[in-house]
Amino acid sequence: MLDKLDQIKQDALDALASAQDEDALESWRVAYLGRSSAIMDVFKNMGGVPQEERGAVGRAANQVKQALEAAFTEKTVTLREVALQHSLSEERLDVTLPGRAIPRGRLHPTTQTLREIYRVFADMGFQIYLSREVETDEYNFQLLNFPLHHPAREMQDTFHIVSEEDRGDNPLLLRAHTSPGQIHAMREYAATDPDNPPPVRIILPGMCYRYEQVSARYESQFTQVEGLAVGHNITFSDLKGTLSDFARRIFGQEVRSRFRASHFPFTEPSAEMDIECFLCGGDGCSVCKDAGWLEILGCGMVHPIVLENGGYDPERYTGFAFGMGPERITMLRHRIEDIRYFWANDMRFLEQF
Amino acid sequence: MKVPLSWIKEYVDIDLSIEELGRRMTLAGLEVEEIQYVGYPLLEGDQRREAKISGFAWGPDQIVVGAILEVMPHPDADKLVLCKLDDGEQVHTVLTGAPNLYEFKGAGPLDTPLKVAYAREGATIINAYEPGNNPTTLKRKKIRGVESYSMACSERELGISDEHEGIIILDDDAPVGAPLVDYMGDVVFDIAITPNFARDANVIGVAREIAAITGAELSYPDLDIPMDGPPLEGRVKIEITDPNLNPRFVFGLIENVVIKPSPYKVQLRLKLAGMRPIDALVDATNYAMLELGEPLHAFDYDVLVRRAVRQVANLSYPTIITRPAEQGEKLVTLDDVERTLDDFTVMVCDQSGSLALAGVMGGAESEISENTTNILLEGAAWNIINTRRTVISQNLPSEAAYRFSRGVHPEMAPKGVLRGLKLMHEWAGGTIAQGLVDEYPLPPEDPTVEITADDVRRWLGIELSVKEIVGILESLEFTCQLGIRYQESGTSDKTLIPDTQSLITVTTPDHRLDISTGVIGKADLMEEIARVYGYDRIPETRLSDDLPPQRGNDELEIEEALRDLLAGLGLQEVITHRMTSSERETRRLSPDTPPDDAPYFTLANPITPERSVLRHSLLASVLEIVERNARIRERIAIFEINPVFLASEDGDLPDETKQLVIVLTGPRALADWAGADTSPMDFFDLKGIVDSTLRGLHLEDIRYENAEHPSFHPGKCARVTLGGNQIGVMGELHPQVKGNYDLPETPLLAADFDVTAIINAVPTLFDVTSIPSQPPMLEDIALIVDESLPAAKVEALIRQTGGRTVTNLRLFDIYRGEQIGAGKKSLAYSLTYQNPERTLTDKDAAKLRNKIIKRLERELGAQLRG
Repeated sequence: MLDKLDQIKQDALDALASAQDEDALESWRVAYLGRSSAIMDVFKNMGGVPQEERGAVGRAANQVKQALEAAFTEKTVTLREVALQHSLSEERLDVTLPGRAIPRGRLHPTTQTLREIYRVFADMGFQIYLSREVETDEYNFQLLNFPLHHPAREMQDTFHIVSEEDRGDNPLLLRAHTSPGQIHAMREYAATDPDNPPPVRIILPGMCYRYEQVSARYESQFTQVEGLAVGHNITFSDLKGTLSDFARRIFGQEVRSRFRASHFPFTEPSAEMDIECFLCGGDGCSVCKDAGWLEILGCGMVHPIVLENGGYDPERYTGFAFGMGPERITMLRHRIEDIRYFWANDMRFLEQF
Repeated sequence: MKVPLSWIKEYVDIDLSIEELGRRMTLAGLEVEEIQYVGYPLLEGDQRREAKISGFAWGPDQIVVGAILEVMPHPDADKLVLCKLDDGEQVHTVLTGAPNLYEFKGAGPLDTPLKVAYAREGATIINAYEPGNNPTTLKRKKIRGVESYSMACSERELGISDEHEGIIILDDDAPVGAPLVDYMGDVVFDIAITPNFARDANVIGVAREIAAITGAELSYPDLDIPMDGPPLEGRVKIEITDPNLNPRFVFGLIENVVIKPSPYKVQLRLKLAGMRPIDALVDATNYAMLELGEPLHAFDYDVLVRRAVRQVANLSYPTIITRPAEQGEKLVTLDDVERTLDDFTVMVCDQSGSLALAGVMGGAESEISENTTNILLEGAAWNIINTRRTVISQNLPSEAAYRFSRGVHPEMAPKGVLRGLKLMHEWAGGTIAQGLVDEYPLPPEDPTVEITADDVRRWLGIELSVKEIVGILESLEFTCQLGIRYQESGTSDKTLIPDTQSLITVTTPDHRLDISTGVIGKADLMEEIARVYGYDRIPETRLSDDLPPQRGNDELEIEEALRDLLAGLGLQEVITHRMTSSERETRRLSPDTPPDDAPYFTLANPITPERSVLRHSLLASVLEIVERNARIRERIAIFEINPVFLASEDGDLPDETKQLVIVLTGPRALADWAGADTSPMDFFDLKGIVDSTLRGLHLEDIRYENAEHPSFHPGKCARVTLGGNQIGVMGELHPQVKGNYDLPETPLLAADFDVTAIINAVPTLFDVTSIPSQPPMLEDIALIVDESLPAAKVEALIRQTGGRTVTNLRLFDIYRGEQIGAGKKSLAYSLTYQNPERTLTDKDAAKLRNKIIKRLERELGAQLRG
């Protein structure tokens, strides 16, 4: 019997030696350690072994079983090691094959620029105020100190809307700027405490419309972001500081800005902010049209009439306002030559952002 | 507006470099758009560019004043002449074809030599025979047998103008041999004048600004003129019918002038300023206008007298009447156009009828002609708005109208007339009648504003002393009075007032109309102080004022979250034109549905008929974008969130309702080496996106029901509801609608949602359930139901019956086939049972399962599939 056990062990170990993969190993385990394996038969048939031999045979059988189990474990480890080495040395991907395409969604470039503007101003305490796109002459012009027939109206050619009834001097129109929102917002804020209106610090983004022949430089609709800060202690130097900070965050910390006197009916003093052309460093190029400076935004101290119309006493309050074009900023930053790309929505344009 | 620097320098000394001057002017509000160098080198030294620059430099040693002593015929060419020319060093023979020398040909030595711009051998000039401004260098060569190495130049060859017919003939006083650039070189500033700077649309205005910003002294043109003729009084009368339309009207008279060209230097200045020289008289009115800003109008006095005599016998003088036109009144203006006038147009008339459109354009009859010898020169002030309306209605943007429609102070009228008379006298001779006739019924009140140094600090954030403020304002010719205290207090104890509160009473000078009174006047003065002090010198500070109440903008935040979710799901955002036409929008509707007859908001002045109304449908806008991209992209997945414009129940203004449109078309993925799923996207791709998006906003009770809609396939369209309220529709585009667009074969899926309804349903907060500690039990159930039964009903019933114990439910298979019979479908669900408090046993699960199946059998006629 002990010889037989030796034989069982020997056969098993021989068979194990030829197992070369995990499948063969598993077949071996079933064959030599499984329920109907020779060694298990020995245990099963222990009853037939003479009483006096049982102890020795049992011990021997156990030893064989343990030996086989140990050999199996060892072989498993070896084979895994071999498989690992094989995998590491032989499996090679062509990593240059393209990845499985997962469509990437994107925001429109205008949305992306708007969000950057929102973020910069949010850090400075400006909240976002939205207002309507179809306006009245009163809100788009009169309350903003553009009297009827005023020459400043020439600066903004406006789309008018047909009305069934004659609205006289207050026709409907498409807003030419988001400035009507300044009045809406101030009135809304002032209504909360008419004798002592709270300070205002908002930006007003949105679509605006001007009667322009559409070309590479002009679109009949464009987005605008205006800003408005009103309080007891707001100065022209705050305006300069706030907008220079903005320019540095959008165009880089090194960018130089300049403020030059300009004219807008709803601000006084008024200014335009230019930044030094970041493409040519001020030497003159096609982007800055040889001027060395890029016009970025218009701004100024809120005109007393506008404060008054918003419900803020100009003797007690001052404020500043500014307005900029996200498309223009996007165009400058990415050297886009045609503003019509923005609403044409050609995927070859949009997918570059 | 173009202003030659030499002209400015007649009235103010300037010691800044050209570019620095340009920079300072720009910062002060006179935006220099271009600097044109006429003869001077561009950007001399290490000057930094401050604007666009252009121009052509004349070599000082090569291009000089020459004197033609004699013009001789060319031996072999009729169209050429030979000139004997003295350049200050020697006498040259110069060949030219200039027609303006023919009259001197063969006349022998000239009594008065002709002064010309002479380019010596080796000089660089502009090649006039090529387009553009390409330089060429003069070299020695033979032309028709005569040696030529130098030339007398045209304006074109020196970069002055496009004139190349003849050579420049300089004034007689030009010094022979002097570098031409020293004699007549110039620099022209092209300045963008904003409406509030209308007072500066002239040489004196610009000189005044420069004097203020540089601290230099400003001088004025000489208005002291010899009035040697008989008095004008009694030889013309003025009647102003409405002083609001015509606050002032001034006449001067010059007699016995001789019409001839004005001096070359005058012509050159006018050209550089952008005006065409005509003759000494017209040039004088234009020159005076450009210099002082007062437009002048010259009448032929004799014509007016003849008209007067014709009208009233024995009356030998004209009476000039100013009045509004009759509606429909007609006048032939000096451009020979008969114009029909509106009642807002102001007219200059005499007793016989109308003569001119006041401040805009003269009439043909009374204009000066080559026979004119006596000139009645008008300077006036006109109502800004009436002038402006006339300019627009008659489409006549003249130089005069430009100025009057922006405001010219009445004090400028006599000054302009005197200046014009003086120039006419200088350039065309004649005698000036003594005195002016001046009707001035409505002198403006030059506003007075009170400010303090505190105001300056409050507005501008700079501390200026009273002395500095007064210095700045006086440099712009404001008058300042100090120490006058408000009378309210009743005391006059000046010593008690700190300097910063001490009142400065500022009176507006008599050339500007842009300063108001009160707090607006203060703002006006703050701008003046800031400009002259220098915007660049005002420090940059950060806001230190109180922050306003923090309200945020919840609606926009949700809208942006919606955009992020959609972009995160692989969709490209688009932004389309809001303007369209009803024809374009009709394409979105299937032909058998009623047309969209809701009223449109229509533009009164559309640029094109294709964009003449504000859209009703965002879907129509986005479909056009799909159409545009269909040729370049096989797979399209886009969305837009923007408003449509619909009539509102409250008021004339539209409801600007924000919509969300999603469109998908094309293969699920593009074919690739890895076996991507290239089957076309269908309704359920769209539904997956919609569902993920709505769930991404934590919306609850989202339901989809079959629906019909004019844009969608009647069998492939769903209404989407939230808590029973419809928030949008989605589906496969109706085949006939699809046929209206140039689109690919693949189905087009679209969703159209009301963004406000979505925003309103988004919960402020949402609960998170604990992760269960008890193990889940998983079970699959397949049910055979009628084909027509919506899956949502089965699912709802399972959930209802299972209650909280059914924590997840997923439809993993739908089977149709012979095994289960026609008209039936098998729905296979994977259910997860879980009880938060205890571990479920097999018995619990079996009990629940039986309960669910019983109910499905009973209520939906479902049958468990074995």
